[in-house]
Amino acid sequence: MTANIDNSERRVISVIVVNEASVLSRITNLFSGRGYNITSLTVAPIPESKYSRLTIVTAGSVRVIEQITKQLHKLIPVLRVYEHADLVEKEMALVKFPITENISDIGAICEAYNGKIVNVGHDVIITMVADEPRRVGHYLEAIKKYNPKEIVRSGAVALER
Amino acid sequence: MQISGAQMVIEAFIAEGVDTVFGYPGGAIMNVYDEIYKQDGFKHILNRHEQASVHAAEGYAKASGKVGVAMITSGPGFTNAVTGLADAYMDSVPLVVVSGQVPMSLIGTDGFQEIDAIGISRPCTKHNYLVTDAKDLPRILKEAFYIARSGRPGPVHVDIPKDVTAQIAEFNYDVALDLETYKPHTKGSPRQIKKAMEAIASAKRPLFYLGGGIINSKAAYEVREFVQKTGIPAVETLMARGVLSYDDELLVGMLGMHGSYAANMAMSETDLVIGLGARFDDRVTGKLSEFAKNAAVIHVDIDPASISKLVHADFPIVGDLKSVVTEMLEQVEKIDSDNYESWRETISNFAELHPLTFHEDTDRIKPQWVVKRVGELLGDSANISTDVGQHQMWAAQFYPFTRPNQWITSGGLGTMGFGFPAAIGVKAATSEKTSINFSGDGSILMNVQELMTAVEKKIPVINIILNNNFLGMVRQWQTLFYDKRHSETDLSVQPDFVKLSEAFGGIGYRVKTKEEFDAALKDAVEKNVVAFIEVIVERFENVMPMVPSGGSLFNMMLLEKKETK
Repeated sequence: MTANIDNSERRVISVIVVNEASVLSRITNLFSGRGYNITSLTVAPIPESKYSRLTIVTAGSVRVIEQITKQLHKLIPVLRVYEHADLVEKEMALVKFPITENISDIGAICEAYNGKIVNVGHDVIITMVADEPRRVGHYLEAIKKYNPKEIVRSGAVALER
Repeated sequence: MQISGAQMVIEAFIAEGVDTVFGYPGGAIMNVYDEIYKQDGFKHILNRHEQASVHAAEGYAKASGKVGVAMITSGPGFTNAVTGLADAYMDSVPLVVVSGQVPMSLIGTDGFQEIDAIGISRPCTKHNYLVTDAKDLPRILKEAFYIARSGRPGPVHVDIPKDVTAQIAEFNYDVALDLETYKPHTKGSPRQIKKAMEAIASAKRPLFYLGGGIINSKAAYEVREFVQKTGIPAVETLMARGVLSYDDELLVGMLGMHGSYAANMAMSETDLVIGLGARFDDRVTGKLSEFAKNAAVIHVDIDPASISKLVHADFPIVGDLKSVVTEMLEQVEKIDSDNYESWRETISNFAELHPLTFHEDTDRIKPQWVVKRVGELLGDSANISTDVGQHQMWAAQFYPFTRPNQWITSGGLGTMGFGFPAAIGVKAATSEKTSINFSGDGSILMNVQELMTAVEKKIPVINIILNNNFLGMVRQWQTLFYDKRHSETDLSVQPDFVKLSEAFGGIGYRVKTKEEFDAALKDAVEKNVVAFIEVIVERFENVMPMVPSGGSLFNMMLLEKKETK
């Protein structure tokens, strides 16, 4: 089954998995093998446990999303799958600017998006913002005219309210 | 006790009650083969190709209902086995396949006969393991057997580096499994079961849609009782042949692409599909939007992901079929079989209008006749395996199946070359039954080396090769849908199948008449050695009826009406 683009919706799925070798490829293989999309994926160990938490942003019709969660559940090392309805979602972005750009403007924009300048070097400054993925997108629009040299987005992490 | 990794494999197999292992040795698995040499807890059958080892293990598993076991070496040994893993995965066959791997120190260096085996087997196994320390081996093997046979069964692959098989560690198999993340459902929700039973009671034209999951869950006799007590007609998928006996009056037949007219029409007219362990495969449903269009759907399956995957289930029940059907049977008095009298009549009219049959209108033997004749002569006393193609469909249509686990075929993956090695596994599991493999002149050559295995181990499989000098099913599609351009399907250049069998030490027959066929089959059963019976059949016979790919079940191409002899 392939993702139905027509009534495709953005969804965030969290997966709790046993933190063991090749578990990440089990998840990503499942998505590629069954034709599902991954918009972003983050993964890190859950402190003081044998588990890791993945946050996957994907898109699909209701039926596709239902299949994705069921298929994820079928993987042996998967403990739980949450498909979020009501959630707090954050993403981080790091951006590198030439030092010759207007630093105070950049700093002010960062503040508006829950961020700041985190490093000032010889030739470049680096900023960090952490906000909802949609707002991170807005931020990246806003700073376009300051000639960003490099942009890194972390992918979303989410927790149910 | 402190033993080597290789010894652990042997001990685990014995603890699991394994009596037969199919395999092929090689460099990376040699330590384990050394222990096989020393033990007498189980027998090892040396196939002549790793693909055949896995198919044989599948045949063993399907006929016995136990976990099949295969053992192979690294690299090409493993890649040869992949088709078998994929086949077992598609048909939910419980297997444990152990492969050797290069030593840990060589992993990732492109060592001799190294391949990323678990990377390859991941999408075609239920689960897989790379063992990095012998101390984990007892747990992993125990988990492998448990995962293979529980829930929706499937193949589990365990890849063991050579140095791990030599490593000494503590072996204790008598430990409880602790699989926090794997807990298959077994009992269906009582509330859903009650609602489903109410839906059945109020339906006017309900229809059982029986799938291979019934055989996996060993629930065929409960299902027979359920069908009997409700008086509701039933259709079977390819994988469910034998769930009901062929002479059960409520069995309408097989449905799907080559299902009977009555079965497909019943599915098109029903108002309630009672799906038991079936997965709405595209070869069954035809065009999805037209499938059972006016019906509500009850779907019982142990795999939640099978439910509402393709067809929305109004009454989803996740659980083991045996348990769910047993609970349904307790409420069976809600259902009045008399309510379905006119529905049963409608269906028998369908069957009368276009019965499943064939015309004996040529000088050459018709392939369908061969299947029917084997049924008349051997019936219940034979287990039937097949390869893939026309002969497979004819066997499914015309053999008089009487019991579950009698029918062993490659359904989901459709693997040519499956039949012969599978029949070897079937015979190894059920020596009291005659093991028949229906094959075609195309398929049989895809694992023909198994003649050697069967001769060496004295496994008397009878291969009935329906020879039409064509890659028949592809030829049929070319005839029907490609304007008779028979591209690369003419198999006129062939080996002498009789001599081929004899060259390996088997026996062979080439038959052109019905009398010759009867004599050959009788002789082969009596001689009790591996046999090829090559039957020269009508070249251009098509499998009918047929739902063209992507068409609706009620739009079938039908057998032309003719006077039958």
